Amino acid sequence: MKKSYQSLEDNSTNNMKHVIYRNLTSKILHLGFILLLTFSTTLLAQEDPEKGKSLFNTNCASCHRLDKKSTGPALRNIEARLADEQGLDRDWIYAWVRNSPAVIKSGDAYANKIYNEYGQTAMTPFPQLSDDDISNILAYTAAPLPPLPEDPCIANPGGPGCDQSKPKEGSNTLILAALALLFALLALALILVKRTLKRFAEAKDIAIEETPKGTSIWKAFVQNQFLVLVTAIFFLLASGYFVYGYLMQVGVDQGYEPVQPIHFSHRIHAGDNGVDCKYCHSSARVSKTSGIPSLNVCMNCHKSISEVAPETLAEGETYGVDYNLEIQKLYKAAGWDDTEQEYTGDASPVKWIRIHNLPDFAYFNHSQHVTVGGIECQTCHGPVEEMEIMRQDAPLTMGWCINCHRETNVKVKDNPYYTKIHEQLSKKYGVEQLTAAQMGGLECGKCHY
Amino acid sequence: MSSNKKYWKSVEELNENSSIVETLQQNEFVEEIPTDEFLGDKETLESSSTTRRDFLKYVGFSTAAASLAACEGPVIKSIPYVNQPKEIIPGVANYYATTIANGFDFASVLVKTREGRPIKIENNNLAKANGHANARVNASVLGLYDSLRVKNAKKGGEDISWSVFNSETKKALNDASASGKDIVLLTQTFASPSTSKLIEEFSNNYANVRHVQYDAISESAALDAFQAKYGKRALANYDFSKAMTIISIGADFLGDWQGGGFDAGYASKRVPDHGKMSRHIQFESNMSLTGANADKRVPLKPSEQKLALAKLYSYITGNSAGGAQLSQPLDAAVRKAAEELRKAGSNGVVVSGIQDVNAQTLVLDINQTLSSKAFDTKTAIHTKQGSDSAVTQLIADLKAGKVGALVMSGVNPMYTLPNASDFAEGLKNTMSIAFSMKEDETASNCNYVAAAPHYLESWGDVEIKTGHFALMQPAIRPLFDTKQFQDALLTWTDNSSTYNDYIKANWKETILNGASYNQALHDGVFVSASSSEVSTDDTDLETPSNNAASALVASAKSGAMELALYTKTGMGDGQQANNPWLQEFPDPITRTSWDNYVTVSKADAESLGLVNENVANGGLNGSKVDVTVNGVTINNVPVIIQPGQAKGSVGLSLGYGRTAGLKEELQTGVNAYPLYQNFNTTQEVSISKASGMHEFACVQLHNTLMGRGDIIKETTLEIFNTKDKHYWNEVPQVSLNHIETPVTSPDVDLWDEFDRSVGHHFNLSIDLNACTGCGACVIACHAENNVPVVGKSEIRRSRDMHWLRIDRYYSHNDTFEGDDNEKDNADGLGLGNYLFGDREGNGSLSTFGRMEDPADNPQVAFQPVMCQHCNHAPCETVCPVAATAHGRQGQNHMAYNRCVGTRYCANNCPYKVRRFNWFLYNQNDEFDYFMNDDLGRMVLNPDVTVRSRGVMEKCSMCIQKTQKTILDAKRDGREIKDGEFQTACSAACGSGAMIFGDVNDKASEVAKLKEDDRMYHLLESVGTKPNVFYQTKVRNTKKA
Repeated sequence: MKKSYQSLEDNSTNNMKHVIYRNLTSKILHLGFILLLTFSTTLLAQEDPEKGKSLFNTNCASCHRLDKKSTGPALRNIEARLADEQGLDRDWIYAWVRNSPAVIKSGDAYANKIYNEYGQTAMTPFPQLSDDDISNILAYTAAPLPPLPEDPCIANPGGPGCDQSKPKEGSNTLILAALALLFALLALALILVKRTLKRFAEAKDIAIEETPKGTSIWKAFVQNQFLVLVTAIFFLLASGYFVYGYLMQVGVDQGYEPVQPIHFSHRIHAGDNGVDCKYCHSSARVSKTSGIPSLNVCMNCHKSISEVAPETLAEGETYGVDYNLEIQKLYKAAGWDDTEQEYTGDASPVKWIRIHNLPDFAYFNHSQHVTVGGIECQTCHGPVEEMEIMRQDAPLTMGWCINCHRETNVKVKDNPYYTKIHEQLSKKYGVEQLTAAQMGGLECGKCHY
Repeated sequence: MSSNKKYWKSVEELNENSSIVETLQQNEFVEEIPTDEFLGDKETLESSSTTRRDFLKYVGFSTAAASLAACEGPVIKSIPYVNQPKEIIPGVANYYATTIANGFDFASVLVKTREGRPIKIENNNLAKANGHANARVNASVLGLYDSLRVKNAKKGGEDISWSVFNSETKKALNDASASGKDIVLLTQTFASPSTSKLIEEFSNNYANVRHVQYDAISESAALDAFQAKYGKRALANYDFSKAMTIISIGADFLGDWQGGGFDAGYASKRVPDHGKMSRHIQFESNMSLTGANADKRVPLKPSEQKLALAKLYSYITGNSAGGAQLSQPLDAAVRKAAEELRKAGSNGVVVSGIQDVNAQTLVLDINQTLSSKAFDTKTAIHTKQGSDSAVTQLIADLKAGKVGALVMSGVNPMYTLPNASDFAEGLKNTMSIAFSMKEDETASNCNYVAAAPHYLESWGDVEIKTGHFALMQPAIRPLFDTKQFQDALLTWTDNSSTYNDYIKANWKETILNGASYNQALHDGVFVSASSSEVSTDDTDLETPSNNAASALVASAKSGAMELALYTKTGMGDGQQANNPWLQEFPDPITRTSWDNYVTVSKADAESLGLVNENVANGGLNGSKVDVTVNGVTINNVPVIIQPGQAKGSVGLSLGYGRTAGLKEELQTGVNAYPLYQNFNTTQEVSISKASGMHEFACVQLHNTLMGRGDIIKETTLEIFNTKDKHYWNEVPQVSLNHIETPVTSPDVDLWDEFDRSVGHHFNLSIDLNACTGCGACVIACHAENNVPVVGKSEIRRSRDMHWLRIDRYYSHNDTFEGDDNEKDNADGLGLGNYLFGDREGNGSLSTFGRMEDPADNPQVAFQPVMCQHCNHAPCETVCPVAATAHGRQGQNHMAYNRCVGTRYCANNCPYKVRRFNWFLYNQNDEFDYFMNDDLGRMVLNPDVTVRSRGVMEKCSMCIQKTQKTILDAKRDGREIKDGEFQTACSAACGSGAMIFGDVNDKASEVAKLKEDDRMYHLLESVGTKPNVFYQTKVRNTKKA
């Protein structure tokens, strides 16, 4: 387990250097497209699937996917399918894309069929797309299904990153064990040699000069009261230090990283995708709690994101998790039927494990810090955008709170509430910038009531 | 030197031949200790599977396991919504306007909800005419989370589904209808236009439907009188803010008289404004909240009240009533009152609580004659509509078997009827359905129990006063499988709409006149020119006599001992008896909780041999009596000797002694309803002493001030108007270098002054003139701050946890002024007289001994006391761990997590406002009140810590509220307006006695009040410089 984790991580870090999620595909996909490009340029010189892809991603991807029904139908080979099954040509597609309501209104049979099939929601008109744009998109949708990304290790067992030999960590212990064995053998040899020599000496009647035995070091130590005292004090201090250290960490859960019912990766959401913390934790702006987002907030995006990109999936393997399965867990909890694209009403709330637990007697208000103080979430929560699994980054002890209150300046600018008190206090303390402590942020009753 | 002392071990040693002594020389015990008996024979001991060693192993293991387990923090789960409602943000409170209308209390309120749970009731300031939330209304939110509520429909004690209930009851109603028998709806007063309409539709659907409204505490006499005169079954409204002279004869209008809710108007004229304040004369038998607030109080028996009213009438109108006469001093008092009233003219008003249609007619006549401005018949009160004769008729019909089906809602006649046994008998003859929140006395005797929702889970509308409509909306999804009475009516009339839609349609049609329903729902109130019709059916009417005055005089039969039944501020009619907040709420007058009792005058107590005594553990004990009215006896009723009780009268409160649907700890007091015969609160009674003593839970044992004028400062209006403030509001002085210096001077201060000029500085002003002692603030504080309920036995040990108490003091002389004089005249110790003499004279020992006793008719003063938030706080200096510290904003902070429970602070507090958690009061079976079940804990305020055992706590000046106000302003980027800062008590105070705010905001109301001439600090001589200040009480007394 440990081994594969190690090696795959090496692999993924290599990839991560040049892979930015979702915008780039794997090398294989690239190759496929280059092939496709050369192929298609010979047929339709004006159609560019690469351009089509970027247009697709900006305009269509929120509702359509290539191989799966989403808000709208799947679009792989749409042109060919429409031509074969419905006998509709590209002009119909142009008209539909630019102004679908008009097509529906015109009484077009297929248009109305689609309209009714998808809950009588007409597709957003895209009048800004030119014929060329649409052709490019169609070219992109006409691309064949890419082959599954192959595991390099299956194809090439001896390749880089597929090292089958013992991991380094293991070999280290082995070397150490060997060394230990060697030393033990040496010691044994020495003892044997000494014994043999002694026996020789006895046999030859050579008297071995006995060095006069002084008092043993232990006896000397016990007799030296000063040393005993010093050692006793040392041990007392040392044990005091460790006991204090132990007691001070009771109830401090820094680094607490429980396994959650759904493997939610802040790294992907806040890091790779750059989703603003307060998009999901919106109540942090106005409330004392930051709020664990309700599932409808997740579904705002995940209605149309049912699968992650292959490279993200690969990253997930390094953490031993299949992100797609995790999304399915979300669907199950939210009661979302992905194939039918509708809520079943059979929802089951997710029982997250709370990580940051302040005791009942400490009052903390997010909005005070986030909205009024303008403190970055990361100040207290650490580099969340790098955390695969959320953990408690700060100790959340009172000393930690107090330190920050002593050092942090109050954001008084452009806040009329502070105008008067800032003027009075800065005069009193003779400073330009007031810290939270000077504003009264160290008073017991500000947090304990 | 050796000692020859002999140490005697027992008296037996005197006997030289005692065998005991001999045995003791050998053995430790005289008799052999029967160890075998308790260790059993060896065999069983050996065959026992648990040996001593095993036992020790288990103990060791479990201790180790427990301590190991304690090292690991618990895993806390957090479960977000699947689909979060837009209006709910976790951690932010929402407020909804709704209305309480439980048949006894009617008020427009705001409900504070957190994460969808109602946690507190607040005043709806848009509803000016609908009264403010009293103590019971404030406490009503706890009723929602009552674990003993009925959770679904029941038939004969078994759960049934609502569909079964619907079909079975409908069939039963049809059967009753077909059999020609009556269908009776016996309900509380709903005062609801939509319900009235619905009941009308129900009557059209079934034959022989009768709607009987029943008020547990009847106002039938006043209703009959009003109806006879004005043709409408309602009560006259009194706006005491327009009255300068108020004469009340037996009307506890600051209590529950005619629905209550008059205190705000009354208090507004009690504060001297430009040298003027109202004058209030009270004639009554029991010491009521109203009497305690009066400028002049005349104690007289209930029968004498009738005469007094007749006399007053004759003095005002000139028509002599004749007949029996009042005694000379009483007659003089009435004459003087009449004179004042005549002088006041239209600024005067008369009210009466005498349950007699002639008396109530006289009151209406007098007020009309005066053309009193306070007297309002247009905006009449609709919250009491019950008719005594209709109820009496119903009971007769029930017994005669004329009723085929009886549907009850909001009533508990088996408990509240004086002749409950007759009702029980009749109940057997009919099919009965009770809509009830509890399996109470009535519901448990009915065929069907329909689980009714709490008002915070219901829809409804009320017309509290003519044209003043209020809407009731649910603030939470029904917790249980409940159905409200109106929804059942809709089902029975085959109406498929919900009651909510029904109200909406009805309002759009008849009330709103095109105004927005959503706006009305948002506001909770709607004032309309139109009014719904109130039933004017006068068949059951008791008509007043043509010569009401003579009839009243004729009906005034004097008894040797007369009983006046009343309702307590905390308990009302008893429907909230399972509410621990209200049970623990100390009565404003007697300061006793968890009980009702007979109040007797000191003279009567002496003649009957009744005593009240304080015992060694600090508790109050009282004798018990048997009370008999018309052959109905209640045994062993505890007695409280009540200063001010009219001689020859006793008082007893209704609403206690309930047994069904209550936790055992809350089954307190005796049920006085059997004495409420003919729905008359006054009865002839005989009292006889019973054996034994009753243990009270009384929170105040010192009843008098003993002339300590620096606790409650008071003066008369005359002195207030004519003399300098230093005369009547003197700042205490100390001698500094033989120069008298005011204690407020920094020269005599031991402390360094904090800089209080920066930022906010909170102060609370309490106006002793406006405070009526109603106690709404006590319950509001309880609810806001998660104050635990400790129970009767702990209260008796003075371990009550109320952060805010309302002290009540009686004067020893007729006035507090007299007390001051008596104290000032004390001269020398008077030890000789005290020890050997008659204990009279002016020696201080005798004087103070005497002054512990209140007068027969004392002056009364109320003083709300909470933590005074001293700027120079004595508690802070003695805390060894700095758990209590001072904030810049003037609040004295208490860090519970730092407190180690030395209680030094409580000992050093001159105001005795700190409360110690002797036990863990939450999740502890020993304290099985609301904090011991999951349901009850839902009412806890999530912003305030639930304290644990061993820590001190006290009023925080609602720092959670002030901090929230500040944060809201910071977030919006604005300055804070005056009035935004509130504490729970100041927000709950309907009479305007408590004003809270920032004194550094010079324009604020509280800053102005701090500069007021009447301002003083409690025990100013101590030099604590509190942030709570009081306004000197001014009494409008006239020289006799």
